[in-house]
Amino acid sequence: MNILQAIGRATLNAGAAIWDVFALFFKTLYWLFFAPFIGKFIGRRYIFAQMVFAGVQSLMIVFFVALFIGIVLAMQGAYQLSQLGAVRFVAALISVSMCREIGPVLIALVVAGRVGSAIAAELGTMKVTEQIEALETMALNPVRFLVMPRFFSLLVMLPVLTVIGDVVGMLGGYLVGVYNLKITPGLYIKTNFEFLAMKDVMTGVYKSIVFAVIIAMIGCYQGLNTKGGAEGVGRATTLSVVASFILIILADAILTGIFYFANV
Amino acid sequence: MAENREVVIKIENLMKEFGGVRVLDGINLEVYKGETLVIVGGSGCGKSTLLRHIIGQLRPDAGKVHLFGEDITRLGESDMDRLKKRFGMLFQSAALFDSLTVEENIALPLREHTKLDDHIIKIMIKMKLNQVGLRGFGHLMPSQLSGGMRKRVGLARAVALDPEIIFYDEPSAGLDPVVTAVVDKLIIDLAGALSITSVVVTHDMNSVFRIADRIVMLYKGKILQIGTKDEIRNSKNEYIQQFINGTIEGPMKFFAPDEGYLEELTK
Repeated sequence: MNILQAIGRATLNAGAAIWDVFALFFKTLYWLFFAPFIGKFIGRRYIFAQMVFAGVQSLMIVFFVALFIGIVLAMQGAYQLSQLGAVRFVAALISVSMCREIGPVLIALVVAGRVGSAIAAELGTMKVTEQIEALETMALNPVRFLVMPRFFSLLVMLPVLTVIGDVVGMLGGYLVGVYNLKITPGLYIKTNFEFLAMKDVMTGVYKSIVFAVIIAMIGCYQGLNTKGGAEGVGRATTLSVVASFILIILADAILTGIFYFANV
Repeated sequence: MAENREVVIKIENLMKEFGGVRVLDGINLEVYKGETLVIVGGSGCGKSTLLRHIIGQLRPDAGKVHLFGEDITRLGESDMDRLKKRFGMLFQSAALFDSLTVEENIALPLREHTKLDDHIIKIMIKMKLNQVGLRGFGHLMPSQLSGGMRKRVGLARAVALDPEIIFYDEPSAGLDPVVTAVVDKLIIDLAGALSITSVVVTHDMNSVFRIADRIVMLYKGKILQIGTKDEIRNSKNEYIQQFINGTIEGPMKFFAPDEGYLEELTK
């Protein structure tokens, strides 16, 4: 096979995969938004269990990651700003950068590693042990029972985790600012919120909604398309994390560009 | 006797290729209401593929599959779902849902496809569990069960909606002879008491001669012979004789011929 053939085949495969992911996305939207109106509900407990897993059980890791990144940002910021004699502005640097950029992206990467990989592994195992096929032969749609609850729980929980992460990051900055840089608590908090606008928080939340769609869709797609036993499950899990990471950063670049040029 | 009975599954000239390999090559088959039909063949002969065409999981390249008189190769998703509620399937690995208890596994089709009250569903679960001899095991998780118990729970789940046909994919795979006999008895009981049509895919000849009304011998995607137990036992076909006796010598070759071996080694 020559190089042109290989490139052509790779392009076709990638195109087919992207098409399949979008098809899965629209099916999920159907089961989430349209099906309930024609009387096809799904048990609340399926969704609730997923929300606990994706949201509540992610709190600990989100808390620590956000706290330490806040501390690191404060120290790095102080190192630069002290040369200008503007150490007080560490607070503003952290609040704006956490909300606009670091919070949503970092929390999304953490959740992709924790929840996205778990989704791919769980659905992948169900696929190779015939459980997906069993659902289908019982006339129970896998998208409705497996994909939709996971998608919905991430869609709700990732923005929530992002806002929590934003606040915890600011707390990390506060610890450094007050106890190390000797900024008074009142001044730190005042500076923290002085430069932070509502639109900064909201752009971060908008980003996290897009990231939630990416994590859920990639995880579910990889899981449902798993082939070949335990090795296949491992491959699906790895691929889901790698693909989610790349797509999250890519989407972040695009969204930041849109917000920048639209001046939001 | 068979000719005047109602046909529930009719397969016409079914063809399927996977990556250039013809897995099913012109299958014609009729299954009558209430009988136990066993599809027998070696590994990779296409018997599981055939089963997946009948339950609508795979689409054929050519040919038709009629289930309850409807050509399922042309049916859309919602029509197929309607038919799926009329049959049950026991998977090779039982395919119980790991995250649900035994009770919840059996309850799932009842909860989703019927409007029955919760306490009626609870009674039905107990009856189904009793039917497969697992009374009192409802609260366990699938991971706490042995292979044979998982199969029996899988069977209880397959019959939850009182289906007209049950499909069995390798019901004796991975089970010891005693548990195999237990599962075979359950298959016979279900077929007898409730006159359910059974389609069983297997390669376990002991089980075949216990449960079958008719036997289909499959080899390389083609049907060699369809017949009763006695007709198959006394078949003149060398492939069938080799298979049911489990001999190494015969028309099916498992070892490459000795000619050319030396050249291959020294090449």
